[in-house]
Amino acid sequence: MSDINIKITDREGVTHEIVAPTDMAMNMMEIVRSYELAPEGTIGVCGGMAMCASCQCYVLSDHELPEMGVDEDMMLAEAFYVEDNSRLGCQIPITPELEGLEIKLAPES
Amino acid sequence: MIETDILIIGAGPTGLFTVFEAGLLKLKCHLIDALPQAGGQCSEIYPKKPIYDIPAFPEILAGDLVDNLMEQIKPFEPGFTLGERAETIEKLEDETFIVTTNKGTKHHAPIVAIAGGLGSFEPRKPPIPTITQFEDNGVEYMIREPEIYRNKKVIIAGGGDSALDWAIFLTNVASDVTLIHRRNEFRGALDSVEKVQELKNKGKIRLITPAEVTEIIGNTNVTGVQVNEKDKEPYTLETDHFIPLFGLSPKLGPIANWGLDIEKNAIKVNNALDYQTNIPGIYAIGDVNTYPGKLKLILCGFHEATLMCQSAYKRIFPDKKYVMKYTTVGGVEGFDGSKKEAPKAVVKAIK
Repeated sequence: MSDINIKITDREGVTHEIVAPTDMAMNMMEIVRSYELAPEGTIGVCGGMAMCASCQCYVLSDHELPEMGVDEDMMLAEAFYVEDNSRLGCQIPITPELEGLEIKLAPES
Repeated sequence: MIETDILIIGAGPTGLFTVFEAGLLKLKCHLIDALPQAGGQCSEIYPKKPIYDIPAFPEILAGDLVDNLMEQIKPFEPGFTLGERAETIEKLEDETFIVTTNKGTKHHAPIVAIAGGLGSFEPRKPPIPTITQFEDNGVEYMIREPEIYRNKKVIIAGGGDSALDWAIFLTNVASDVTLIHRRNEFRGALDSVEKVQELKNKGKIRLITPAEVTEIIGNTNVTGVQVNEKDKEPYTLETDHFIPLFGLSPKLGPIANWGLDIEKNAIKVNNALDYQTNIPGIYAIGDVNTYPGKLKLILCGFHEATLMCQSAYKRIFPDKKYVMKYTTVGGVEGFDGSKKEAPKAVVKAIK
């Protein structure tokens, strides 16, 4: 088994402790969708191309995440409710290093 | 009143392919789309991105897929109502439908096929309090009539192609053009970025970066905005128009109020049979529908469109006998008089 534990706070403020697989090439946006923590059609709209920012989330724990790519950076430059700890969930692959990660979903926009 | 056999709502890949399958059955189609061009998400969000799971295309750009579909359906002369959103639907006594757009265009058809993807694309509105009360009083999320900006002061916010392109365009119309972006970098096409640089150097565009508009000032009409520029105290800029251009996001919109069974932002359909909704005569195909095991893939939309057209045919002509014919056998006869068919075998004796 190569699952990790993650805490995700949804847009209603409810925190979910969930288990995410590291061996399925999944990203954080897909984890949120697979657990239906945000209604379909309000997250992952572009499918994970860093082109819509519907999966924006705030990283609450001090995990070291993979560096931001240009696409993600430029998309966040045009997104709303962006904070210093904003990331796009679709650009965060689920890896063993993320054990214990805590994130919060940004408001829908 | 626009009359057609199948009224398709949504001109994305699934909606476009429906025209082809309907055409083989001699059914005419008309498409409505809120975007000003056909292609749906493929054209609007990712025209330059490759797709790898279209059967027989190891790789194809989304924009090229749309171009190919437009070429494929051309013989069937589809009608288009673009830049208008399907707003209301009315079922007449004879079981046909009238669909009216937000601009009042009326369409009449015995069959409605909703191929609406994730919904109609609406401009993303920045979370500025009071912004909605200034809409059409100086706040516009898209530029429809450039002439209204003639000799006016205009502030554009955003960092993508539309913000850059309109800023460039309006330098020839408005008296004063300001472009505000949260970053120093812009992600638009390189020549647009360079053009804005050139206009900035000439003093024709005022560029304020990294900065953000945080407030709109005015009574009924916009008279100014508050700008938060990095490392500066917030200040006010006078303007007649504030145009936030932050792209589009899809919303299910008015279709949600048509009395259709909706589950998880999608329309429930009968997938065992023909992708019909709970209202007979209204079908939902492609990303907009849901059923057990649904996958939002273009190739699934094509399949759904094909079966849906067969069902539509039976609904329009309940007494006609019909069997599906391969295009290789029957060819493709367009409504424009064109005919494509497999070449006949050549028989020649060897002496």
